[in-house]
Amino acid sequence: MRRTFTDLHVYADLRSADTAKFLSKAAELGYTLVAVSLPPTQLTQQVEALRKLASTFNLDAAVRVDLKPRSTGELTQSLRRLRRKCEVIAVTCESKEVARQAAKDRRVDLLNFQSFDSRRRFFDHAEAELARQGLAALEVDVAHLLMVSGSARVRLLACLRREVQLAKAFNVPIILSSGAPNPRLLRKPREMAALASLFSLGEMEALDAVSTNPAGIVKRNREKLSPEFVAPGIRLIKEGKDC
Amino acid sequence: MRIDADEPPEAKELINTIWEAVTKLYGEHGASLTSMALITYNADAKTAVIRTSLETLNQLRAAIATITAIRNKEAAVHVDAVSGTIKALAQKLQTQNVTQHKA
Repeated sequence: MRRTFTDLHVYADLRSADTAKFLSKAAELGYTLVAVSLPPTQLTQQVEALRKLASTFNLDAAVRVDLKPRSTGELTQSLRRLRRKCEVIAVTCESKEVARQAAKDRRVDLLNFQSFDSRRRFFDHAEAELARQGLAALEVDVAHLLMVSGSARVRLLACLRREVQLAKAFNVPIILSSGAPNPRLLRKPREMAALASLFSLGEMEALDAVSTNPAGIVKRNREKLSPEFVAPGIRLIKEGKDC
Repeated sequence: MRIDADEPPEAKELINTIWEAVTKLYGEHGASLTSMALITYNADAKTAVIRTSLETLNQLRAAIATITAIRNKEAAVHVDAVSGTIKALAQKLQTQNVTQHKA
């Protein structure tokens, strides 16, 4: 069966023309599903406009929210407020406490570590173990690799290699996303997979990280968000007096 | 390959940029293993065909993906198709174009 590709991290501001550029570029590069990061405050107003715009490029658009909580309390509060409103929730972990809470909370889909300093990236054994028990996947933004060079890129590659090895050892799904701040930094799925070889991710694993793994997250959450969903494994099939 | 840039670079600038990317990522030894050469370049269509050894195809793809500028101007280079012979490549691209056109 032919693979379909997904990019779970496309930045967009629907008030600017950039969103259309991002979406058209993503479609041109071979993606069929993209998750667009929207500000939590504008979710309800922008979702419909986003889906309409994406459909003009034959793209399926999912809504993503990026949380950057300063404390575990702020994280749980945001999750309570936003989980039923979007398909993908990513947490940028800037402290160990937040990283641990995000890894064990089953409402979190993606763990994102943006620091280039290995001491500020908290994906270690404990984090991987918690992520395995929860549902969170490790997200790698490829744009970070493209935006730096020299020693910064060397350090980032070393961190990513270690994190990917840990994720594989603990069966934590890996997601390759573009995370591109401008459309020219978007890359084709196979190019993303080739870049992933720089941090020791095999070709098939890398292709899964831009296809089945991210698509699985969106599918799982869409099922949960559908009105028929009751609990994991339980769906409402029919209702009425004749049941 | 397709060059995504506002202005098409000259052939020499393009190949130098690719060599630079390969050398930066894999060093001079790694670059020497690629046996890379520019076969054709169409500045109007912003397309190019390059040759490389099969063993280093993935490395070259990764190096090309790291290109973010040509002549200090924002740009990207994307691999459209890979094939063992120029003839098969032309056929592959033709099929791709027909499919895109139908879509």
